[in-house]
Amino acid sequence: MGIKILTEHIDNPELKKFEVYRKTGGYTAVEKALKTMSPDGVMEEVKKSGLRGRGGAGFPTGMKWSFLDRKSEKPHYLVCNADEGEPGTFKDRYLLERNPHALIEGIILSGYALGVEDAYIYLRGEFFYILQILEKAIAEAYEKGFLGKNILGSGYSLNLYCHPGAGAYICGEETALLESLEGKRGNPRLKPPFPAVSGLYNCPTVINNVETLATIPWIVNHGGDQYAQIGVGRSTGTKLISASGHIKNPGVYELEMGFPVEEFIYSDQYCGGMKNGKPLKAVVAGGSSVPILPAGLILKTANGEPRNISYESLAEGGFETGTMLGSGGFIVMDESTCIVRNLYNFTRFYRHESCGQCSPCREGTSWMEKILYRIENGEGRMHDIDLLVDISNNIEGKTICPLGDAAAWPVASAIRHFRDEFVEHVNRKGCWFD
Amino acid sequence: MIKVTIDNIEVEVEEGSTILEAARKIGGKVVPPTMCYYSKLRDTGGKCRTCLVKVAKGSAKDPRPMPKLVVACSTPAQDGMVVENTLSQEVIEARKGVVEFLLTNHPLECPICDQAGECDLQDLSYGFGEGESRYEEERRRFGYNDIGPYIKINNERCILCYRCVYLSAQLTDKRLLGVLFRGDYAEISTYINAAVENDFSGNVIDVCPVGALTDRSSRFKSRVWFTKPYDAHRDCPKCAGKVVLWAKGDEVIRITARKDEFGEVEDFICNECRFEKKQVSDWVIDGPRHIKRQSVISLNHYETINKLKETPPKD
Ligand SMILES: Cc1cc2nc3c(=O)[nH]c(=O)nc-3n(C[C@H](O)[C@H](O)[C@H](O)COP(=O)(O)O)c2cc1C
Ligand code: SF4
Ligand code: FES
Repeated sequence: MGIKILTEHIDNPELKKFEVYRKTGGYTAVEKALKTMSPDGVMEEVKKSGLRGRGGAGFPTGMKWSFLDRKSEKPHYLVCNADEGEPGTFKDRYLLERNPHALIEGIILSGYALGVEDAYIYLRGEFFYILQILEKAIAEAYEKGFLGKNILGSGYSLNLYCHPGAGAYICGEETALLESLEGKRGNPRLKPPFPAVSGLYNCPTVINNVETLATIPWIVNHGGDQYAQIGVGRSTGTKLISASGHIKNPGVYELEMGFPVEEFIYSDQYCGGMKNGKPLKAVVAGGSSVPILPAGLILKTANGEPRNISYESLAEGGFETGTMLGSGGFIVMDESTCIVRNLYNFTRFYRHESCGQCSPCREGTSWMEKILYRIENGEGRMHDIDLLVDISNNIEGKTICPLGDAAAWPVASAIRHFRDEFVEHVNRKGCWFD
Repeated sequence: MIKVTIDNIEVEVEEGSTILEAARKIGGKVVPPTMCYYSKLRDTGGKCRTCLVKVAKGSAKDPRPMPKLVVACSTPAQDGMVVENTLSQEVIEARKGVVEFLLTNHPLECPICDQAGECDLQDLSYGFGEGESRYEEERRRFGYNDIGPYIKINNERCILCYRCVYLSAQLTDKRLLGVLFRGDYAEISTYINAAVENDFSGNVIDVCPVGALTDRSSRFKSRVWFTKPYDAHRDCPKCAGKVVLWAKGDEVIRITARKDEFGEVEDFICNECRFEKKQVSDWVIDGPRHIKRQSVISLNHYETINKLKETPPKD
C-alpha cells in the first residue's frame, strides 16, 4: 500500500494514548532533536525535506519558517491551524481524532526549531469532542515531561494551549485565525505585514496546518533527504486525501505524491470505483475552492498525460484545463450529479462564510448565490450565465483574503467546463436531475 | 525620501508612505477614490477596494510588476515604483466592478436621503458606474435600529467601510459601534443597541461616506444644495470649535466638521457644537466656505444658485 508516514498505526484505536503512541516509536524525534540537534539543525532538515504546507496553499514549510523575524525581541509564537472547514476536506480531523500525539510531537519539534515558548492549536468549533481528546493528550505530554518547563532536561520549555473556534470557516484563514485567537472578530488582516513579522499579538508567528506539523517527527527521525526521496519532483512525501462522493469507499487515504488519479479512483484499495456503476462525471480534487474538472480532464491532462496526485500534475494546464491539489478534499461526482446544484451549494457556503469586510466578496458571493438559485429553480435567464462569469472575474484577485478567489474559481470553472448544462437549465426552466 | 511615479507623474515622498499618500501629494486626477480609508483613523483602509491600482514596476531594486492589483491606501510605496491609476484599463475595469458591487444592495433612495449631494458613493457612481444596473435580485433589508436621539442609522445604505467602528474605538472613550454577523448580513450596530452617548459620537456622521449615519437634528430639513456653508468658530471647552454651518436664510440647518479636499474631517468636533448650537449668535462667522468636490454640491454651488434658478431643468 505504499509508504505510510502519518497513518502507519492509525487503525489502532488506542493510539491516542501516550504509552501506545510511545511504543510505536512516538516522541523519539523529540528525544533526538533536543539531545543531539540544534534548532537550526531541525530547521535544516525541514528545508531539505521539501515539505510543503498541507493547509491548501502548498507553501514550502522550511522557507516559511526561515521568514520568521528571529531578530525581534518580542516572543515568537507557533500556531497550529486545526480549523479544517473546507467542504470536502476531513483529513486533519482524522489525524486529530486518532493520532493527537503525532501533532503534539510535531509542535514540540517545530517550536524548538523556531525558538517558540508558547504554541496554540486553533481547533474548529464544531470539533468539540476533539478538544477533549487533545486536552487529554496534552495533559499526558506535560505529565511525561514532553511539554512544560525544561523538556527532557534540555533547557527548552514549551507551553501548548488548545483554543476552540466558534464556528466560522473564515477563521481558518491564517490572519482571521490570529484575530480570533486574540479574542476579536475573525476578520482577515491586510498583508503586509505578514505573520512571520507581525502575527499573534503583533509578534512574529508561524502558522501551520495539522498535517504539515504532524509530518515533522518523521522528518526529524529519518532526515530531510530521505523524506525528499518520497514523492515526485517538487511534491515530496505523502499527502492525506479525503475522498468523498459517489465512490464505493469514501475515507481518508495516505498516498505517496505522484500516485495516479485513475488508480486512486478505481482501485479497490482506495476509492473502489464508482458506487452505483454510473460513469464518472466530474471531480473537485482539492476541496470546494479549487476548479472542478470533467472526467476527461481529471484522469488525463489536456496533453493526454495521466494525471497524478501532486501539486504540479493537478495544476498542469493552468485554470483552462487544470486545477489544484489544495487541501486534498477529493469530491467525486457521477453522471447523476447536477453541476448547477452542486455549484449553488458551494456558492451558498461561501456567501454564508464571507466575513463581509471587502465589497467584492461580500456583495459578489451573495449575488452569485441568488443567480444560481434562480437558474436551478427555473428562473434563469440566458444572460445570467455570462453575468456569473463577469462577477467571478470581478471578485478574483481583488479581495483582502483568498476566500474571494475560493468563491470565484468554482463558478468560473463550472461554467467553463459545463456551460451546456447551465444553458439547458435556462432552456428547460429548471433542473431535470432528481 | 523615495521617488514614486503615478500615471507618469513623479513625486517624492517619505519612506514608509503609501501609494495613496504619494498620489495625494500629486493631487488631482491621479488620486484614487477612497471609500473606507481615512487618514485620521488608524487601521482604516483595505476594505472597499475602490482604490485598487496597478503596480507596473515594483521598485528600483526589484522592477518586477506586482501580479495583482493592490490597494493604494494600504500598500507601501517603494523607491522607483511605477504605479498606474487612470492609465490602466485593468484598474478602470476593476473599479467599475467594485462600484457595481457597492451599488448592488444600495437602495435607490437618494431622493429622500440627507447625504445626497455630498455622498461619496454618488460621486463614485458618476465616475465609474453604468447607466443601468445588472442587479436584478432583491435588495437586502435590515430590521429597525435605534441608536439614540442624535444619530440615525440606516444599514441598508451602509457599505461597511468600518470608519465609524474605528472612530468609535479611537475617538470616544468607549467602543460604541461594532459589526454584527457576517458576509452580506453584516451590520453596524451599537452593541445590543445601546444609545451612542459620548461627547464625540456625532463624528461618525461626518466620516460615513454614504447616508447610513445621518444627523437626526437636521433630518429631512433641506437638500444639501439648498443650504449655504459658512466657516464658523466658537470657544469650545471640548473641541477646537471649528465648524461649517449649513444655513438656509438665517436658519442654521446643520453643523458639521470642516472637510479637506479629500473629504476628510480637518478637526473632529464635539456633540455640543454639532447638535446644540444652532443659533447664529452661538458662532463667530468667518465667511463662506468653498466646497471642493465633484458632486452636486460643487456643481450646484451656492455661489451660482441664482443662475440655476433662471434655467429650470428640462423635464
Ligand atoms: C478562507 C480560508 C480558509 C482556510 N482554512 C484553513 C483551514 O481550515 N486549515 C488550514 O490549515 N488552512 C486553512 N487555510 C489556509 C491558511 O490560511 C494557511 O495558509 C495555512 O494554515 C498555512 O499552513 P501550511 O503552510 O502548513 O499549509 C484557509 C485559507 C483561507 C483563505
Ligand atoms: S475576501 Fe471575503 S472573507 Fe476575505 S476578507 Fe474579504 S470579505 Fe472577508
Ligand atoms: S480606500 Fe483603499 S480599500 Fe477602501
